[in-house]
This record gives sequence, structure tokens and C-alpha cells, in this order.
Amino acid sequence: MSDHHHKETYITKYVFSTDHKMISKQYLVTGIFMGIIGVFMSMLFRLQIAWPDRSFTIIEAFLGNHQDGGVMSPDIYLALVTIHGTIMVFFVLTAGLSGTFSNLLIPLQIGARDMASGFLNMISYWLFFLSSVIMVISLFVEAGPASAGWTIYPPLSALPQAIPGSGLGMTLWLVSMAIFIASSLIGALNYIVTVLNLRTVGMKMTRLPLTIWAFFVTAIIGVVSFPVLLSAALLLIFDRSFGTSFFLSDIFIQGEVLHYQGGSPVLFEHLFWFLGHPEVYIVILPAMGIVSEIIACNSRKPIFGYRAMIGSIIAIAFLSTIVWGHHMFVSGMNPFLGSVFTFTTLLIAIPSAVKAFNWITTMWKGNIQMNTAMLFSIGFVSTFISGGLTGLVLGDSALDINVHDTYFVVAHFHLVMGVSAIYGMFAGVYHWFPKMYGRMMNKTLGYWHFWITVVAAYGVFFPMHFVGLAGLPRRYYANTAFPLFDDVADVNIVITMFAILGGAAQIIFLANFFISIYKGKKATQNPWKANTLEWTTPVEHIHGNWPGEIPAVHRWAYDYSKPGHEEDYVLQTTPLKDGEEES
Amino acid sequence: MTALLYILLAIVVAVAIWQVASILNFKSAIATEKDNNTQGILFAIFGVFFYGLMIFSFVKYSVILLPDAASLEGESYDTLYLVTMVLILVVQAITQFLLFYFAFKYRGIKGRKALFYADSHKLELIWTVVPAVVLAGLVLYGLSVWVDVMDPSDAENPLIVEVYAKQFSWEARYAGEDNELGLANVRNIKGINTMGVDMSDKNALDDIPVRELRLPKGRKVIFKFRSQDVLHSAYMPHFRAQMNCVPGMVTQFAFTPSLTTEEMRLNDKTIAKVDGINKIRAEKGEDAYEFDYLLLCNKICGSSHYNMQMKIIVEEAEDFNAWIKNQKTMAQVVQ
Repeated sequence: MSDHHHKETYITKYVFSTDHKMISKQYLVTGIFMGIIGVFMSMLFRLQIAWPDRSFTIIEAFLGNHQDGGVMSPDIYLALVTIHGTIMVFFVLTAGLSGTFSNLLIPLQIGARDMASGFLNMISYWLFFLSSVIMVISLFVEAGPASAGWTIYPPLSALPQAIPGSGLGMTLWLVSMAIFIASSLIGALNYIVTVLNLRTVGMKMTRLPLTIWAFFVTAIIGVVSFPVLLSAALLLIFDRSFGTSFFLSDIFIQGEVLHYQGGSPVLFEHLFWFLGHPEVYIVILPAMGIVSEIIACNSRKPIFGYRAMIGSIIAIAFLSTIVWGHHMFVSGMNPFLGSVFTFTTLLIAIPSAVKAFNWITTMWKGNIQMNTAMLFSIGFVSTFISGGLTGLVLGDSALDINVHDTYFVVAHFHLVMGVSAIYGMFAGVYHWFPKMYGRMMNKTLGYWHFWITVVAAYGVFFPMHFVGLAGLPRRYYANTAFPLFDDVADVNIVITMFAILGGAAQIIFLANFFISIYKGKKATQNPWKANTLEWTTPVEHIHGNWPGEIPAVHRWAYDYSKPGHEEDYVLQTTPLKDGEEES
Repeated sequence: MTALLYILLAIVVAVAIWQVASILNFKSAIATEKDNNTQGILFAIFGVFFYGLMIFSFVKYSVILLPDAASLEGESYDTLYLVTMVLILVVQAITQFLLFYFAFKYRGIKGRKALFYADSHKLELIWTVVPAVVLAGLVLYGLSVWVDVMDPSDAENPLIVEVYAKQFSWEARYAGEDNELGLANVRNIKGINTMGVDMSDKNALDDIPVRELRLPKGRKVIFKFRSQDVLHSAYMPHFRAQMNCVPGMVTQFAFTPSLTTEEMRLNDKTIAKVDGINKIRAEKGEDAYEFDYLLLCNKICGSSHYNMQMKIIVEEAEDFNAWIKNQKTMAQVVQ
């Protein structure tokens, strides 16, 4: 805390800040910016899917030499789905979600003056920023950005002869992701150390809010799995640039035999999904933590089954590292491995079910305050169940055979991790906006934002299951090459219209967010009447968070509507009364 | 259709602008009792919309789904799928109902205190054990199907076929008289020997290279997959079959065709689907479509990934045998 007494300059306060609250806002705004790009790309390729031969001025306007008279090229279509996936999964839902709320809430909710290392925290953000810049620059490469799918399976991602995007575009993708992983690791280590060492007096692990548990365990998964992706990326760089054969063997392309021998693309798939699957939990666990907190607070009830919630977070985290093979049932790996992965995968449904039931029970006999954050949290539970259940089809090796890589998968994971995590992020932003900016977001706009989004999201992803069950593979530039799929064209048009509606609804959010920063109603100290520590800090941000001593904690975070208390909430800093039992 | 799109867009933009203007004197931020009431009711309405959307989709879109499985293994796949889907829909219907109903029923009222109910070991035990038991059943059932499909070693006199993938087309090679495929490697690709078959291997001479895949009904077919450039995936949705084609290795999948192309064309679901397709095609002034089995690529492989396909014909064994007899062997083709 040596910089306590520094005079802050503009640069140290707003740019190279080491204050976790400022860094959290930096993560959020960068994440929103990347999100705009990612969502906009999805609008463009949805236009292509719905109306493959029609010319669009917007495509002509944005895609430059990758389009012809307003019709996009197949290569740029693949590039758009690739970069959309990359940006949404890593830049928005990993950095934007976890980076924002871990940074904001870990010190505030455990009672710490800042992260264990403010300096590393700053480095973490700026590496993320750098990787975002490189990813955005890659969009302007002449041959197009990376276009081998967000999973960048070699050989497609290794050979520019196979697809133009695997040239400079792919190089930039790999460099960007390598930097991103470094950022993510530094951030995660900081979160872990902070949670373990800097909790205030009385803040036992069993008194931590579920948000902190979720961020803490997420950071551990990240530290365990991200390095594996880094090594996969490095080996791929070796194959691409230095002629090694880690992932390549026996390749004949454009009339020529390449020298590669002895490598295996399946090895890459293992390495990729060793991160790739935990990654979906890196995305969803923070959202689960946020939603648990918001549902309890707005139902004015303790979260149901607090210990079971912690247990299921830990169980999910552990299982998440041994299920990656369910992405590879038809990859050519030994079918026996498929059996094992089916077993572990369906195991993960148990803690997930426990969580869903516990959220619903938390609402039972509550006194639900319909704040925007609560609406999005209810939306989260709904999409998490809808999307999670179809996981029973995809996680079952036998059933996966025929729906693997079809639109059924696209519908499944968008609901369970895409839409759900975004809802968690929106819920978090609406709930903690007063803590971040000292002002409130407008609720009417929030309601509009929620209802249009929720109708549009189901309108997009519910019918999409049927497109997949009709057998339509994902990542098809057009389905006009098969008369067999002529009857899904109408469904695709419906989906695209809902997608555009949903995309447009985010303008409401953006307007609400940015206007509220400047014009929002001034926040009070504890606007939602919540129990957690962050609401004991002053509204105006100060370095070190609490003006005097850090308050001590005397109870868990969920004493809502506790009998024997006047108010329907009891701050964690309130000492137990005589004879009062801790829950 | 387009007009509707622009209208929807216009509505959203108008609402946005109107709302933005109205918050410039930004007052409302925290839900009041009135908000709780309205939003609670909206959740009830949304619940109805949600069930409506589900039922509507199932009714409206059932015709576009794949018709009945055309292989023996596919039939057990379809049963497993049905069981799983029923289970999913039951759980979905109950949990979503509870969620929206609770949101409606327990919407906040001023002065009411929520029930302090933090734990119930009994309840939690129930919803840990019940899913565990159900899932155990599902896993066992699923694995029995999986093992059955993936292990063709007990098949009697199977037909061995190599399916060969490259950007952006398919080829195939039958194992010929000896029913054993000759060795192959991309380094042997030369001229007409497009699959890189090793002609010094005596098993290779009687292999039969083709550009159109024909399969006999009622005989197990063991597919051996190869790729010469990038990953591809051989997807044969009507047979509930899929396997990736991986450069540098040979992968395998097997099934027993159970309906000939002709029989499939007469299947009720196929007829309904084809009618639907042809109605759409007629509106666009396109030729009528006749059903055929397909092999299509289902792993992103480059620009023309979306058009990498091969027709599959399933016919009675005698027709198949007659056809294959007339095909040239590798030895004949290369010389």
C-alpha cells in the first residue's frame, strides 16, 4: 500500500492504475467493446445463413475485399464464426466477466484493501488489452483473420494452403491468445493468493459469499488448464513456422506431399479440450456465483444449501478437468476412452442439478424484488436448465454420434454457457453498477433490455435444436448445396430475425450503461439492502476501500429475513446477538 | 419477411430512443412494489410463451427432422434418443414451471418477510440421489449402445470399404475379392492413383476405387476412413453414423444398412419431408427433389466445406454384387 500517500496523476488513476476497482472497470469496458465486435459479427453471418444469395449493403460496407456485391465469401464466413467464437468465449466471457467481477468483488467482499499484488493486477489487464488489440488487428489482415474455427484444429489451422486465414491471420491469433493466457494466469494467481491470504478478521472460508467461492475455484481451474492451451499453441507455432510435426502427418495438398510425418491432429484435440472444456466452467462458474448472490439478495432469503453450493462448485471444478474427451467421441480416439468420458461427463450433471434445484428453492416463499439483476438471474437459471439438459444427449457418446458438430451442439452450448454466462454478466453489471460508478442504472430500460433479450435468445436457440436434428452441420457457409436442407431455410430465417432483434436490444443496454455513468441517479451506500462487505464501503471510491479499519466479520453472507432481526437483512459485520446461532 | 424485420428493428430503435430521452432525468433505479407485481406477472406470461414456443416448435418442426434410421445400429440409436428426450422434456417442463411460477407467486410485497429457510439435508439428499440414479441408468443404457456400435469385431463376412476425404470431395475403395484393403499412403499419390494406394502390396491389386458409394442391405459395412489434407468428418445422418477422417491415421466406423434407397423413399416420414421440400422448391421454381442417402463433411475443412458430399445408394445384396463385379480394380485402373 505504499502508494497510499502518492498524489495520483491522471495516468496512474485512470490508465496504469493498480487499484482493483479501476482495473475492474477497465476489464468491463474492454470486454463490452470486444462484445460489440463479437455480436456484430454474429449478425453478419446470420444474414448469410438466412439469405445466402442475397446482397446486403451492410456486408458490402464492412467486409471490404472479402465480399462481392454485398455477398460474403465462404472464407470470410468461416473467419467470422471463428473470431466470433474466440472473442465471445475468451475476451468477453472470460476476461470481461471473470476479470471484471473477480477484480471488483474479491477485495471488497473478503475485506481487503486491494489485490495481493496491485502491480501484477495492472500487468494482467494490460496484457489482456494488448491481446485484444492484436486480435482486432488480425481482422484487417489482407488474406483474412484466422478461419479454422475457434478450436483451431490443425492441419487446417497450420496450412495456409488449406485456407487463406491460416497465414498471417492465424499467426496473430496465436500470438494474441498466448498473451491472453499470460494475462489470465497472472490474474488467476493474484485472485487465489488474495482469497487465501487477505481475508479480514472473522472471514472464514465458510463465511465467504458464493461469488468469492466461484471466482476462487474458477481461478484454480484457469491455472490448471490454461497452460496446456499455451503449450498446444506453442507446439502449433513450431509446426507452422519451424517445420516440426507435432500435429501433422502424411499430408498431400495442392498437388504436393508435405514433409510432415508422425504427428497427430488428435493430440492437438486432447490438448485443446484439456483447456477447452474447463474453459466453459471458467465462463459459467463466475456467472453462477453472481447469480447465487443476486437471487438470495433479491429473494430476501438465504441461499438454499450454502454448503452444497460450495460442494457442487468444487465437484464441478474437479470433474471439469476429466471430461474433455466428450468433445472427441468421433475424433478417432479409442472407443473405450469414449465410454470413460461419457461416465465422467454425465456425473457432472449431478452437481449442476443440485445447483439448479437450490436456486429454485431459494426463490420459494421469498419476497422477490424484481430488480433488473434479478430478472437476468432468473433468466440465467432458465437458460442454464434448458441448455444443460441437452447436454445429456451430447455427453452420451452413443447419442453424440449423430448430432456431433450439428446445429444441435450450437444451440446447446449457446444456451448453457453463452446466453447463461452473458445473463450472469448483465446481472452482475446491473447489481454492482452502483459499486463501480457510484450511480444507478435505469430500471425501465433494464426491464426492456431483459424482456427483449430473453424472448430473442429463446427465439434464436430453441428452434436451432431442430435445425441440428435435421442433420445440418455447423459452419456451413450455405445450405443451398443440399436439397435435403431446403426445408430448414425458413427456420434459419426465423432464427436470424430473432438474432437481429436480440442484437438490437443490446443497444438499450449500451445506452443505459454509458448514460448512467454520467447521468444515473446517485447511489446510496447499500441500495439493494445486501449483507456483503462491499456495501459497507463509501460510495466514492477511495484507495484502500475502507476509510478506517477494515471491518471484522461475524456471520455468513446470507442472513436475509432472519427471525429476531428488525430488518430483512443483516450485514456480515453485525455481531451475533446474545443467544443467536450462526446459520 | 424483410419488411417485418425492418419493422421490428424500427420498433426497437424507437423504444430505445424514447427511453433514453426519458431517463435524462434519471430517477427510477430500484424495483418498487408495483414493479414487482408487473414483472412477476410478466414472468407468468413468459412461462406461457415459453411452453407455447416449445410445443409450437415440436409440432411445426417435426417434419424437418431426419426420417427413421436406415441402419440396424441406427434403430437402437433412435430408441436411446427417444428415451433420453422424454426424460429431458419431463425435467424441463417441471423445473421451468417451478421457476416461472415462483417468480410470479412470490413477487415482492411491502412488509412481507420471506421465509428463513437455509437448509434441508433431506431435500438436498433427494435431489442428489435421484439424478444420480437416473443418470446411472442412462449411462449404462448409453454405453451398451455405444459398445455395440463401436465394436464390429464379431460381424460375419463384413464388407470393408475405405472412405477417403480430401478438400472438397470424397472417394471410396472397396477391399475387393480378398476383402482386405491394400496399404496406402499419400506419398504414393500419382496420376490416376488419387488415393495413394501402394501398388506393391498384393492386397491392393483387387481393390476397387469408386466415386459413388453403394452398399448392400443387411450386410455389416466396416468403413475405414482416411484424409489426405485436413480433418474432415464423414457424416451419414440417415444411418446415425459419423467418424472423423484424420490425416496420418485410419479411423473406423461400422453399420448395417437396413433400408434400401427405394424403401427409404417410400417411408412415411421421408415422403412427408420430401413433400415439404418440394413445395418450397416449386415456389422457387426449382426442380423436384428425390430422396437419396448422403455422405457429407461435418468438420470445418475450408472454403467449400459446405459442399463436400457424396451420394450413397443402398440396394439389395444381389444388385450390389452385380454392380461391383462390373467395376474396375486398382490393377486395371492404374495400368
